[in-house]
Amino acid sequence: MKAMFTGTAMALALSVTAAHAQTEVQWWHAMGGELGAKLEEIVQGFNDSQSDYKVVPSYKGTYPETMTAAIAAFRADEQPAIVQVFEVGTGTMMAAEGAIVPVYQLMADQGASFDPAAFLPQVVGYYTDTDGNMLSMPFNSSTPILYYNKNVFEAAGLDPETPPKTWGEMEEFSKKIMESGAADCGFTTGWVSWIQTENFSAWHNQPIGTMENGFGGLDARLSLNGPVQVKHWGNLKKWADEGIFKYGGPVGGDNAPPMFYSQDCAMIMNSSASRAGVIANATDFEVGFGQLPYYDDVEGAPQNTIIGGATLWVLSGRPDEEYAGAAKFFEYMASADVQADWASFSGYLPITQAAADQMSGYFSENPGADTGLNEITLNEPTENSKGLRFGNYVQIRGIIDEEFEQLMAGSKDAQGALDSLVERGNAQIEEFQAQSQ
Amino acid sequence: MKRTIFRNQLLPWLLLAPQLAITFIFFIWPAAQAVWQSFLREDAFGIKSTFVGMENYLRLIDSAEYMNSLKVTALFSVSVTIMSMGTALLLAIAVDRMIKSTRIYTTLLVWPYAVAPAVAGILWWFIFNPTIGIMPYILSGFGYDWNHISDKGDAMLLVVIASAWKQISYNFLFFVAGLQSIPPSLREAAAIDGAGPVKRFFTITFPLLSPTTFFLLVVNIVYAMFDTFAVIDSTTEGGPAQATNILVYKVYFDGFVGQNLGSSGAQSVILMGIVIILTVIQFRWVEKKVEY
Repeated sequence: MKAMFTGTAMALALSVTAAHAQTEVQWWHAMGGELGAKLEEIVQGFNDSQSDYKVVPSYKGTYPETMTAAIAAFRADEQPAIVQVFEVGTGTMMAAEGAIVPVYQLMADQGASFDPAAFLPQVVGYYTDTDGNMLSMPFNSSTPILYYNKNVFEAAGLDPETPPKTWGEMEEFSKKIMESGAADCGFTTGWVSWIQTENFSAWHNQPIGTMENGFGGLDARLSLNGPVQVKHWGNLKKWADEGIFKYGGPVGGDNAPPMFYSQDCAMIMNSSASRAGVIANATDFEVGFGQLPYYDDVEGAPQNTIIGGATLWVLSGRPDEEYAGAAKFFEYMASADVQADWASFSGYLPITQAAADQMSGYFSENPGADTGLNEITLNEPTENSKGLRFGNYVQIRGIIDEEFEQLMAGSKDAQGALDSLVERGNAQIEEFQAQSQ
Repeated sequence: MKRTIFRNQLLPWLLLAPQLAITFIFFIWPAAQAVWQSFLREDAFGIKSTFVGMENYLRLIDSAEYMNSLKVTALFSVSVTIMSMGTALLLAIAVDRMIKSTRIYTTLLVWPYAVAPAVAGILWWFIFNPTIGIMPYILSGFGYDWNHISDKGDAMLLVVIASAWKQISYNFLFFVAGLQSIPPSLREAAAIDGAGPVKRFFTITFPLLSPTTFFLLVVNIVYAMFDTFAVIDSTTEGGPAQATNILVYKVYFDGFVGQNLGSSGAQSVILMGIVIILTVIQFRWVEKKVEY
């Protein structure tokens, strides 16, 4: 309590002197192109709204590059106050006690107004510790959805307004599309790791790992090789052999979107944040939006999807006045206006209930834009569907891709690939645990 | 023979100092850091650090991925070296036989060398992209389904072609220079003695080219093992399923992306060891076969 009081008093004292000298708050991020321009516009809005602080955004490349740059900078004692870290880096950031200032603590120290209950639980659950404390500030969260080609559906004699709901229908529709010659392949997917493995598990209420998917502590281990996941990977291999499914490559699946744009494949599963890009690239056809398919014989499916994207972490070791600025900036960022503006521009999810409410007009004007929001809020998240948190997860994502490629190449069957995924992934987790203890 | 003896003790050290300083700052110091790092286990932020002795090395020896990477590197380096040197030698011989327009061909053939590895990688990535590339489209006409995203062999072929293509220019220049420094009278004499073109090449030209060939062999192996990083990164990123994950790429991935500095350090040290062994072999045994 005393620490909190002195913190606030210091912040007050500093804000008086800061009226003369603006405090610069560095923010490293990974938003390039259009998103980067929009981000700078948002920052400009904050800088213009007051004169004490100036947030300086710097683009540092891809998510892994940004995270690596921040870690290297921390080791050299030149870290920014705020860094954008993708969801996969959460475990690493969380375990780095002493390197980060948890957001709930920052807001309390700086006496900033902050109501954790205002955020969508499905979004912040991912970044909250087991005691319910928010560790980082959600900024851009997305979730995978299904995009489909309405013109191809029509040409194949399917109802263009009805996307497939189950994996059974995915197969049936795909076959119809291929037999009618409307398209060469049924579907493709971005992010095999995120969409067809992690989200697939949450959507079917299947555990990704032990101890609440890793939220319970560093002792947790992966358990992605359950019968439901094995069945799905096995089906994907079967469908790949039949030409119904086409693999678009590791990580984000660079080759998947072109297959959809060129009307080779009738459907694609990808991030809700790709919406603007999909519409812009689908020049010759109309795009429909649907929820991810599920197996109707799995109990509890569909549950809810989990998020991806990134949050803002605060690094320790900066002067106090920068933290006062960061807290003010987070207040601004969490406001319904800023969030609704960012979410409607980008296709990312609104992170607060207020922002979601404010977007209702936008959603009714843009049918399908709320698909992602509907998916994550479909049910109260369970232990299996609130997200995942494992150390070294950047490497585990790589292992998921590799094992999937072994499956696609026919050198392993689904059970074998998933077993070895769990074994190799757990070795990474053990290594991380050893590093952090 | 007359010897001059310099009595000054300080001057030679002073003259050597800049070079020694550079060697120390850019080679010895980082190498020592890598050796030290390889004995540590450290979290990403460098907050907790434990001395673990040889554990990072033992884990590597135990790791199927690392053994795979060793095999991949050997296959890759040998393929790139053979392909780039073989093609360059053929082109050099072709150009050497011409009297006119040699310059034009030389200039044209040297162009790819000016292309940065990352750009070369992207270029080949586009040409061979299974979805939008021209080559898979042409190959499908011949009934071959090119897909380096899921086919390991295709992926290896792609990175070998992309890496060799860039190096051909460099090898070509040296081969042309080497060929042109061989006195024509030697070959003419052999021709008069009745030796055919193939016999002339293998008994006269190639032995006289051996210093050049040896030099290029060293340069090309070093190139394939270290400089092809950008090509791998921009075409396959070591995939599919680690089929093109050469040692140098694995060092980068485990260290910079995976933040496992201990393992990455140990891998660098092993790589350093491999280079030392290769250098010794080359200069001890291969060089003896070279006639200067």
